[in-house]
Amino acid sequence: MRALGLVAVPAVASIAALAWPKQATRPLLLPVAAFPHLLLALWCLIDPGPPVPAAWLAMDVVARAVLPLVSLLFLVAALYAVAYLKLRAERNNRIFVAALLGMLALLSLALQAQHLGLLWVAAEAATMVTVPLLHFNRSARAYEATWKYLLVGGTGLALSLMGTFGLGYASLQAGGAGDLTFLSLSQQVHSWSPPWLTLAWVLLLAGYGTKMGVAPMHTWKPDAYGEAPGIVGTMLAGGMTTMAFVAVLRVKAVVDRAMGPAMTTRTLLGLGLLSMALAALFLLRTRDFKRLLAYSSVEHMGILAIGAALGRAGTAAALFHVWTNGMTKGALFFTAGNLRRIGGGRTADEVGGLRHVAPASAALFVTGLFAVTACPPFGVFFSEIQILRAALDSGRPAVAGGFVACLLVAFFGLTRLVFAIVDGEPKTVAPPRPELRDTLGVIGPPLACLLAALWLGLAPPQLLADTWRQAAAWLGDVP
Amino acid sequence: MTDTLNLLIGIAAGLNLLALASSRLPSMIRAAALQGLVLGVLPLLLEDDWSVLLVAMAAGTALAKGFVIPSLLRRAMHAASIDREVEPLIGFVPSLLLGALATILAMLLSRSLPLLPEHSRTLLLPGALATAICGALLIMARTKAISQVCGYLVLENGAYLFGLLLLRSTPLLVEAGILLDLTVGIFVIGIVVDRIQREFDSLDTRNLTELHE
Repeated sequence: MRALGLVAVPAVASIAALAWPKQATRPLLLPVAAFPHLLLALWCLIDPGPPVPAAWLAMDVVARAVLPLVSLLFLVAALYAVAYLKLRAERNNRIFVAALLGMLALLSLALQAQHLGLLWVAAEAATMVTVPLLHFNRSARAYEATWKYLLVGGTGLALSLMGTFGLGYASLQAGGAGDLTFLSLSQQVHSWSPPWLTLAWVLLLAGYGTKMGVAPMHTWKPDAYGEAPGIVGTMLAGGMTTMAFVAVLRVKAVVDRAMGPAMTTRTLLGLGLLSMALAALFLLRTRDFKRLLAYSSVEHMGILAIGAALGRAGTAAALFHVWTNGMTKGALFFTAGNLRRIGGGRTADEVGGLRHVAPASAALFVTGLFAVTACPPFGVFFSEIQILRAALDSGRPAVAGGFVACLLVAFFGLTRLVFAIVDGEPKTVAPPRPELRDTLGVIGPPLACLLAALWLGLAPPQLLADTWRQAAAWLGDVP
Repeated sequence: MTDTLNLLIGIAAGLNLLALASSRLPSMIRAAALQGLVLGVLPLLLEDDWSVLLVAMAAGTALAKGFVIPSLLRRAMHAASIDREVEPLIGFVPSLLLGALATILAMLLSRSLPLLPEHSRTLLLPGALATAICGALLIMARTKAISQVCGYLVLENGAYLFGLLLLRSTPLLVEAGILLDLTVGIFVIGIVVDRIQREFDSLDTRNLTELHE
C-alpha cells in the first residue's frame, strides 16, 4: 500500500495541477504533495514492514536506501520552485508544475520497480515527462538542449529496452519460466549463456548509463543542465541519475549472480575512470558556470560507477555518495540559478564580481563548491574517502591513484571558474531588477541543502548507514 | 511459416539499406513506414492460434508504424516547407557500405548467441541487431531532424524485432514496452520538432550548434 502511495500521491497532485485554474497558487501544489511523500518515504525507512515476495512494486531495501533522498530533494526543490515561479509569473506554469510532479511519481515508480520490464517502462515515462521541463525558458538554446536530450535519451532507452529483452531471453534460454522480477532472475543461477549475459549487460549498461550520464554517453548533460531551470537541474542530477544508477545496480546483481562479478567490475571501473577523467578535463576549460555543474555531475556519476564496482563496501559507500552528492548538487544548482538571474550572464566573460551583486547566493555557491570538491567536513568528503578505502582494501591502488588524480584536476577546474565569476569587479553596469535580489525564498533551499550535506558528513544517522550497508549486502548476495 | 517470416525479416533488412541510401526525405520516410508495416505482420506469423490481443497488437503496430507516424512526419515536412534533400554527414555510398557491414556483423554476432529451439531457424535475432545498428547509424549520419527521427524509428524497429523473441513468454512486457515507446516517444518528438521549426524556421539540426564544447 505504502509503495503504491509513494507513486499515487504525486501522480494525483500532477493531475490536480493540470486542472488547477489559478496560475498564482498552482506552484503551492508542489510542496503540498512533497510533504506527505517525504513522510511516507521516511515511514518506510523507519518501519520497513515485511518483505513482499514476487511483488512488481515494493519499497525494498535498495529503494529505502535512496528514495528518501529523492523525496527530500524534491521537497527542497518544491519550496524553491514556489519562489522561482513567482519571479517567472509571465510564463504559464501549468505544464511545468504537472510535469515536475509527474517526474516524482515516475521516479518513485522506477526506484521501487522489482520487475525488469516495469523498471524500463517507468524510466521511459520519466524521461518523456521531463521534456517540457527542459524547454521552460523557450529560448533557441533550450530547444536545442531538449532535442539533444530526446535524441540521446531516446537512443539510450532503445538500447536499454533491447537489453531488457536480451536479459529476459537469456533467462528463458537458461530454463527460466518468463518471470522477470529481479528476485526470480537472481535466484536462477544455473546454465546462463555467457554471450547472452554479456550482450544484455552491455546494452543495459549503455542504456541506463546514458540516463546516468557517464562518459562517453554524457553528451546531453551539459546542454540540459545548462539550459534548464535550477530546479530541473537538481531533479535531473539528484533524481533521474539516481534512478538510473539503481537500475544499473539491480541489473548488475543479476549478472553477478549468474556469471561472477569479473565482467561488471571491469566495465564499471573503466566507465567510471573514463567519466572522471573526461569530466576533469572539461572542467578545466568550460567558461559557463551552469555547464560546469553538468561536468561535475558526470564526474560524480563516474565516482558512483567506481564505487559500485568495488564490492559491498564500495556499493554501500556509493549509496552514501548518492545522498551527499544529491544534496550538494541541489545547493549548487539553486545558487547557480540565482546567480544567473541576478548576474544576467552565464560565462566568466559576461559576469564577474558576483559577491558584490548577490552576496548571499555567491557565498553559498562558493561553500557548495568546497562541499562538492570533497572538503571536510561536508558529506562528499566522507563518502569519497569510503570509496577510496574500498579501492585500496580490494587491492586496486591504480584505481585509487587515478581517482585521487581526477579529483585534484576537477578541484582546480571548479575553483578556477567559480572564483572568476565571484571575485573581481561586476562587469555589468546596470544594477539587476530589484525583485531579483537574494530573498529568503531563493536562499533558504540551497542553505538547507548545504546543512543537510554537512549533517551527512558530521553525523550520518545510524539508520541510514545501516540501510546502505543492508542494500549493498542484498545486492551483493541476493537471498 | 518460418520461410515467410524470414522473407519478411529479409525485406526489413533490405529496407534498412534503402533508408540509408535515400537522398530525399519522402523516400526515407517511406522506407521507415514500409518497414513498420512489414514488422507489424510478424506477430501473426510467430503464433499459431490468434488471440484477440495478438491481432489487436499486430494491427495497432502496423497502423502506428506504417501510417500514423509517417503521416505525422510528412505533415511536419510540409508545414515546415523543408526542402527534400537529406543532407548527410556521411555520404550515401559509405553509409550503404557501413549498413551492409553492420548486417554481416549482426549475422556473425548472432551466431554466438544460443537460441531456443523455436527460434533457431528464424532470422529474428540477426535482423534485430542489424536494424538497430542501421538505425543508430542513421541518427548519427544525418543532419535534419526528420531524418534523425526516421533513424530513431528504424532503431525502434530493431528493438521491436528483438522483443518478438519474448512474445510467447512475456507478451505483456513486449506489448507495453513497444506501445508506450511508440505513442509517447513520437508524440513528444512531434511536439519538439514543431517547436524547433517555429524557433529556427528550419529543421536542420546543424542550426542547433550554439551549445558545443
